Amino acid sequence: MDKEYKNTENALLEVLELTKSFGETQVLKGISFSLKKGEVLAIIGSSGSGKTTLLRCLNFLETADGGRILVDGTPVFDAADPSLLHPKNIRKNRLTFGLVFQNFQLFPQYSVLQNLTLAAILSAKQNDPEYKTDKKKVLDAIDTRALALLERIGLAEKKDNYPCQLSGGQQQRVAIARALMLTPAILCFDEPTSALDPELTKEVLRVIRDLKENGHTMVVVTHEMDFARDVADQVIFMADGVIEESGAPSELFTSPKSPILRSFLSQ
Amino acid sequence: MNLLLSAETTGWDTFLSVTQKLAGGFGTTLLLFFLTLLFAIPLGLLFACISRARFKPARFLMRAFIYVIRGTPLLLQLMIVVYLPGIAFNAPLTKWEIFHQNVPLSYFCGALFAFVINYACYFAEIFRGGIENIPKGQYEACEVLGMTKSQTFFRVILLQVIRNIVAPMSNEVVTLVKDTALARTVSVVEIFFTASEILRLQFIIWPLFYTGAFYLLFSALVTLFFGIVEKKLSRYWK
Repeated sequence: MDKEYKNTENALLEVLELTKSFGETQVLKGISFSLKKGEVLAIIGSSGSGKTTLLRCLNFLETADGGRILVDGTPVFDAADPSLLHPKNIRKNRLTFGLVFQNFQLFPQYSVLQNLTLAAILSAKQNDPEYKTDKKKVLDAIDTRALALLERIGLAEKKDNYPCQLSGGQQQRVAIARALMLTPAILCFDEPTSALDPELTKEVLRVIRDLKENGHTMVVVTHEMDFARDVADQVIFMADGVIEESGAPSELFTSPKSPILRSFLSQ
Repeated sequence: MNLLLSAETTGWDTFLSVTQKLAGGFGTTLLLFFLTLLFAIPLGLLFACISRARFKPARFLMRAFIYVIRGTPLLLQLMIVVYLPGIAFNAPLTKWEIFHQNVPLSYFCGALFAFVINYACYFAEIFRGGIENIPKGQYEACEVLGMTKSQTFFRVILLQVIRNIVAPMSNEVVTLVKDTALARTVSVVEIFFTASEILRLQFIIWPLFYTGAFYLLFSALVTLFFGIVEKKLSRYWK
């Protein structure tokens, strides 16, 4: 463990020996990696390799059986420390991560703008002392931030539309903006373009690229090899619950060492 | 005696008196209808929760109970509820009936009880379906946005459940409008009972068809109501 610490001194995200089983099946068999601030990590691998489970563990949608997750050197998850598993701590720590789903999962009964502001308003209601004294100011600030994000993803004019009135690509861009509203340190994507046509895929990838240029730290589970090669600083290839191979995309894609990765890439 | 003649001879007066009697019976029908909804909806929600409970025996018993109620005729349930207590307490049926004829309210209450239980079971299945049809991802999206469980349910899930259940509830409630006629079999003097009494005593048959018009009109209102609700909600969904 000490050795790993030395290697990853200035890492924003550190994942150490993460394990997870569903019943008898071990899905994650000790996953460790680290990520620097502003870096993009792409996780690739065939279905059933555990990459989505890994992402869900990062976002506390699954509780890992063993291992630790550190953000900026502070543990947000430690299987050996039950206090971190307290629902209150989980709710606080999970906001370190944002998650964009494969199927967008926008709230159908809310407009685009409301989709962005809902969680922020609810959180302000509970945690922001200013909400009681100057409600309007707090709400206005949330609205302004949401509108700025919509501007950035190019959907400002759709703010009053409902999700069903948008294309898949637009919905996914709104979902990205919704995740950004809570200013997560690390933004995660679970196959963000798998449910989209190639044409719509482009506009979503453009937004992710733009986020990288703005210094966002991201973890992207993806099937888009071109995108991984192009945008990622680091690629992890997962197979059967372990990291089979990892490295810079230039090495990993041009000269894969593992035979499993070679056959995966040749598909 | 000729049926038409009897209607003809008295003419307008008969029509007015029949209307008055039927309207009186319809009052009881409406009372049964609204009270059934009033109690069956919350009870159905409770049943739905129990049938989704983590505690297995509770879940099993609830689902078994719902299965029995949905699998047997409402008519049978009505008779059991109204007549079984008399038999079970070893009171001769006639005596029990004589006793109850002084208190006709107990027939109404018995019928109401049977209707509430029966409809609560149907509603429970509708509610359960409505809740289980919400994609798991909606809960997860709320979770990763840091919402609490109650915020998730009341701010995001509930309206989607309502949207899911509007159409099946509309069906079920229209069925209830017509099912209230079954209360006649346990001596609840609702509109159908009234019409049959007119047929029996005055020997005129058209009030029966007139009764049909009452049901039709009321079903139309119920359908209209649900149509409006559905339209309101479809502003958001395709």
